Amino acid sequence: MKYVDEFRDPVLAKSLIEQINILVEQIDFATERPIQLMEFCGGHTHTIFRYGIEQLLPKCIELVHGPGCPVCVLPMGRVDDCVSLAERPEVIFTTFGDAMRVPGSKKSLLQAKADGADVRMVYSPLDALQLAHKHKDREVIFFALGFETTMPSTALTVLQAEADGLENFSLFCNHITTVPTIKAILDSPGMQLDGFVAPGHVSMVVGEQPFHFVSEKYKKPIVITGFEPLDILQSIWLLIKQIAEKRCIVENQYARVVQPDGNFPGLDAISRVFELREYFEWRGLGSIDYSGVRMKDDYARFDAERKFPVPNVRIADPKSCQCGEVLKGVIKPWQCKVFGSQCTPETPMGALMVSSEGACAAYYNFGNLPELMALKAEREKEEALS
Amino acid sequence: MTASVPGMRKRSGVLRAETINMSHGGGGKAMRDLIEDVFIEAFDNDELSMLEDQARIELSTLTALGDRLALTTDSYVVDPIFFNGGDIGKLAVCGTVNDLAVGGAVPLYLTCGMIIEEGLSVADLRRIVASMKAAADAAGVKIVTGDTKVVDRGAADKVFINTAGVGVISQAHKTSAHNAKPGDVVLINGYVGDHGAAIVGARGDLAIENDIQSDCQPLNKLIQSLLQVCPNVHCMRDATRGGVASVLNEFALSSGVCFKLKETSIPIRTEVRGMCEILGLDPLYLANEGKVVVVLPKADAEAALAAMKGNEYGVNSAIIGEVTDAPTDTVILQTTFGGERIVDMLVGDQLPRIC
Repeated sequence: MKYVDEFRDPVLAKSLIEQINILVEQIDFATERPIQLMEFCGGHTHTIFRYGIEQLLPKCIELVHGPGCPVCVLPMGRVDDCVSLAERPEVIFTTFGDAMRVPGSKKSLLQAKADGADVRMVYSPLDALQLAHKHKDREVIFFALGFETTMPSTALTVLQAEADGLENFSLFCNHITTVPTIKAILDSPGMQLDGFVAPGHVSMVVGEQPFHFVSEKYKKPIVITGFEPLDILQSIWLLIKQIAEKRCIVENQYARVVQPDGNFPGLDAISRVFELREYFEWRGLGSIDYSGVRMKDDYARFDAERKFPVPNVRIADPKSCQCGEVLKGVIKPWQCKVFGSQCTPETPMGALMVSSEGACAAYYNFGNLPELMALKAEREKEEALS
Repeated sequence: MTASVPGMRKRSGVLRAETINMSHGGGGKAMRDLIEDVFIEAFDNDELSMLEDQARIELSTLTALGDRLALTTDSYVVDPIFFNGGDIGKLAVCGTVNDLAVGGAVPLYLTCGMIIEEGLSVADLRRIVASMKAAADAAGVKIVTGDTKVVDRGAADKVFINTAGVGVISQAHKTSAHNAKPGDVVLINGYVGDHGAAIVGARGDLAIENDIQSDCQPLNKLIQSLLQVCPNVHCMRDATRGGVASVLNEFALSSGVCFKLKETSIPIRTEVRGMCEILGLDPLYLANEGKVVVVLPKADAEAALAAMKGNEYGVNSAIIGEVTDAPTDTVILQTTFGGERIVDMLVGDQLPRIC
C-alpha cells in the first residue's frame, strides 16, 4: 500500500539495525546499565509492540514506554465526572471509542451506556456538533481528550458551534499538554533516561521549539519521530548517534509532517479557546503543574463543567499500582507486583493497562506473561554468568 | 408458521400492508397472509408447505449421508440490515450453513425464526426473505420450518433472525479444535476482514467512502471438496466475530500448541488495510462471514490448497502459517517488518483509537 509499505520495509530495517549495532560498539559505557530511551507517545508504543521492534534492537538499548496515552492517564475521578454527566437524562455524551472502557471508581462509560445513559462513540468532534444540530432538545457533550494533537480539532469545533449559534453543545475538557509532563518526568527522582523519542503528531501542532529545553537544560538528546516502524528505528539510530558523539540537540526525523514552527492555524485556534490550568491530575503520575487546559471565560457557555455540576472528587490510585515507576523507566511492566494478576486489560487497576497504547497492556497483549517470565529468567541468567 | 392453518394448502393469503404492524404477529388473518405471501411464497418447499407445527424429515434421508447428526443455532442482529455484499437474511443462512459445514457436516435443513419490530417495511422484509432463499439455494439447503413474532417499536431493532440448522457428518470426518499438531499448516480461503470492514463502512458514521463487499458466502461446497482430497483435516472453524486471531487462539488453547503466522502470507485487501490503518484496527480481529481457517498435516497442504482454490469461494486461498510445539497456547505473528509479536484474544470489541 502506497505511503505505508515504504515505511515498513524489512530490508531497510535490517540495515538500520546494523548501523545501530555499529554505533553501540562505539559508545563508552560508563555504567553497566543499558541505554534507556523513552518514547513518550502511546502511538509509538503501539508501533513498537505491533512490529516487534524491541526484539530487533541490541540488548544494551532499552525502550521505556512513556505516559503519552491520554486514555491511560485519565484519573478515575474524571471518569466519574464523565459518567455523572452522561447519566443526566437530557445529555447525549459523545466520546472517542477507546475512552469507553476506562474504569471510573464505580463504572466505565461502557457500563453507564448499558445502564441506560445515552453514550455515543464518535470519530471526530464534528460528529458531536452534527448531533447537537440534529437534537436541539438535548445537550450534546463532547468528551475532549488528548494532547496537543487533538486540541485544534476540538477548539475549531467550539468556534464552529459559536458561529452556528448553538446553545446545546459543550465540552468536557480533559486536554493535556506534553511539555510540562516531560519536564515532570525529567525532574522526578530516580530518573535515568538517556534520550527521548518525541511525539510526532504533537510536534506537528506545536513545532520543534517547545522541546529545546530537553537538550539545553537537561542535556538529553531528543528526536521528533513519525509513527511507522522505520521512523522509530531511524530515530533510535539518530539518538544513539547523538549519544555516541556526545551531542544533545533536538532533531526532526518526521520532517515530512512536522514544520519547525508547528501549525499556526492550529495553535491560533487553541489559544483562542483554551488556557492553561494551574495543575491537572494524572493517573499514575499525580498532579502536574500546568499540564492541562480549560476553556477560557469567553467560551464558558460551551464548558460542560460550568454548565452542569460534576462531582469533581479526587480518587487516589490503588496503592499496589506501580504505574509511576514503570512510566519513569525504573521498573519494567512485568516487574510490577500486580501485573497480569490483579491488573489485566479486562480489569485494569493502573493507567497503563487501560488502552492498547498503554505500556502494560501492550506487554500483556503482544507479549504474554510466560514468555516475559522466560525472557526475564534468561536475562537474569546471562547477568549472573557475565 | 407457529399455528397450523387447516385446509390452507392453497396459497391464498396476500399481504397488502406496506409496513409490519402488531397484527401481523397476532395469530389471525394478517399473520396468515404474512406467512403465506412472504415466507411460503419465497421458500417454497414441500416440508414447509405442509404447514404443520414441525417439519418432518425421513430418517433414511439422513442416515444415507453419514452416521452423526450435526445441529446448530445462531441469531443474527446485524445493524445495518443491508450492507455491501449482503444483508441480514443472507447472513442468517450462510452463518448457520457454515457452522454446520466446518464440523464436516453436509448441511441439509434450516429453520427460520424472525423477531420483527413493528414498522419494518414489507418491501424490506421481502428483500430479506428473497435473499435467504437465494443463499439457501446456493448452499443446497432447504428452509423447512419457522416462526414469526412482531414486537413493539424499540423492543427489537428492525428485525432479528434466528436460524437453526441440521446436517449429517460422515464417519470419516473427525475435525476438532483439539487436534492441531506441531508440523501442521494453516490455510484460509481468501481475504480476511472484508465483512467487518463492510459493516463499519455501511454504518456510515465515518466519512470514508469505500466499496468493500462483505464476504458473506456459504462454505459447505468448498469444505466438501476439501474433505474429499484431505479427509484428515485436523481443525476447521469459520472465522466470524473476533476474526482469524480469535479462532487460532481457540485452537492454540484447545490443542496446547503454538501457531506461527506469517503476516506477508495473509491475504488482506488494500481497501481493508487502508481502513484499518485509519481507524487503528487490526484486520486479524475483524469479522468474516465466508472464511474458514483450516489446520491440516503439511503433507496434504498443496492438494488441499488446490482443492480450495478450485471452488468459487476459495480462489484466493493461501497457506498463512504453521503449528509448532512451543510456546504452548499462543499465536505468534511474524510481522512484515521482521519482528514477532503475540496475537492475543480480544478483551472486548476493537475500539478505534484517539490519535
